[in-house]
Amino acid sequence: MEVKDANSALLSNYEVFQLLTDLKEQRKESGKNKHSSGQQNLNTITYETLKYISKTPCRHQSPEIVREFLTAMKSHKLTKAEKLQLLNHRPMTAVEIQLIVEESEERLTEEQIEALLHTVTSILPAEPETEQQKSADDAAVDGEDPA
Amino acid sequence: MFVLVEMVDTVRIPPWQFERKLNDSIAEELNKKLANKVVYNVGLCICLFDITKLEDAYVFPGDGASHTKVHFRYVVFRPFLDEVLIGKIKGCSPEGVHVSLGFFDDILIPPESLQQPAKFDEAEQVWVWEYETEEGAHDLYMDTGEEIRFRVVDESFVDTSPTGPSSAEATSSSEEPPRKEAPYTLAGSISEPGLGLLSWWTSN
Repeated sequence: MEVKDANSALLSNYEVFQLLTDLKEQRKESGKNKHSSGQQNLNTITYETLKYISKTPCRHQSPEIVREFLTAMKSHKLTKAEKLQLLNHRPMTAVEIQLIVEESEERLTEEQIEALLHTVTSILPAEPETEQQKSADDAAVDGEDPA
Repeated sequence: MFVLVEMVDTVRIPPWQFERKLNDSIAEELNKKLANKVVYNVGLCICLFDITKLEDAYVFPGDGASHTKVHFRYVVFRPFLDEVLIGKIKGCSPEGVHVSLGFFDDILIPPESLQQPAKFDEAEQVWVWEYETEEGAHDLYMDTGEEIRFRVVDESFVDTSPTGPSSAEATSSSEEPPRKEAPYTLAGSISEPGLGLLSWWTSN
């Protein structure tokens, strides 16, 4: 076996999630040979990886959302690795942005960090539980009655 | 976290599988060979992405099976250096904190890369971050099962292919079982603001 290119492309968590879900569907349809000993490794790794990715916000993304996100990111001048990490993690605080973006104090002002956070949280969908919790917190702070 | 790796290999299809479509048989064989396995200096292979090229299939004398040279792309887990990941604490030991991602377990955060100052609590076998504020020191425990955000600082590959029979001077002969080494390990660090248990940094 020969490795021609060990780093031909970076994949986002969403792409891997999509691939594994499609693979799972295909194998469910074709039925019988899933449980043969040879397929056990594939079953294990697919199950575990799917379990891991399903707990991240990547689960709710779609190709259109990713495209929209990347277009919005063009103005911020970030490297490919940084954009990929933003897509995979969906940071909600400035501290997380500082972790992901190298030398963020020199490259981004506070307003830019806020703008970046706003773009990320508005374009990328969140987990439904955190959304509910966030709106509950906001309602409590403002003193509004929940609708 | 995941990369696409282009590889070339020769796949052997036994005659009793000739009725199946070639692409399906080849995909199954490649997954059987590579899924959930670590390839030296490449990473942990997850699953086949696609087949880019199939060359002619040959049948060799003495073997009824067909051999096809396949160019394909495989999804491989290999975080890049300085990437931030979120995992679960599997346990603590004097060597450091062991973190797992579910599908990948060999991640270690050595004591020097923990938030300082940190100490190891022998009684509970857990690492503790002694967080100083004006009120006094808080002890933040790194318990098993907690989610932790860490940065990948190093990776190491070990070639675990079987070696031949050892040479004449068999020092430690067959009494002790051979040590199992993980073929691919990651070293992490949490010594920056924002890293460590997620519960340390959520502003509730």
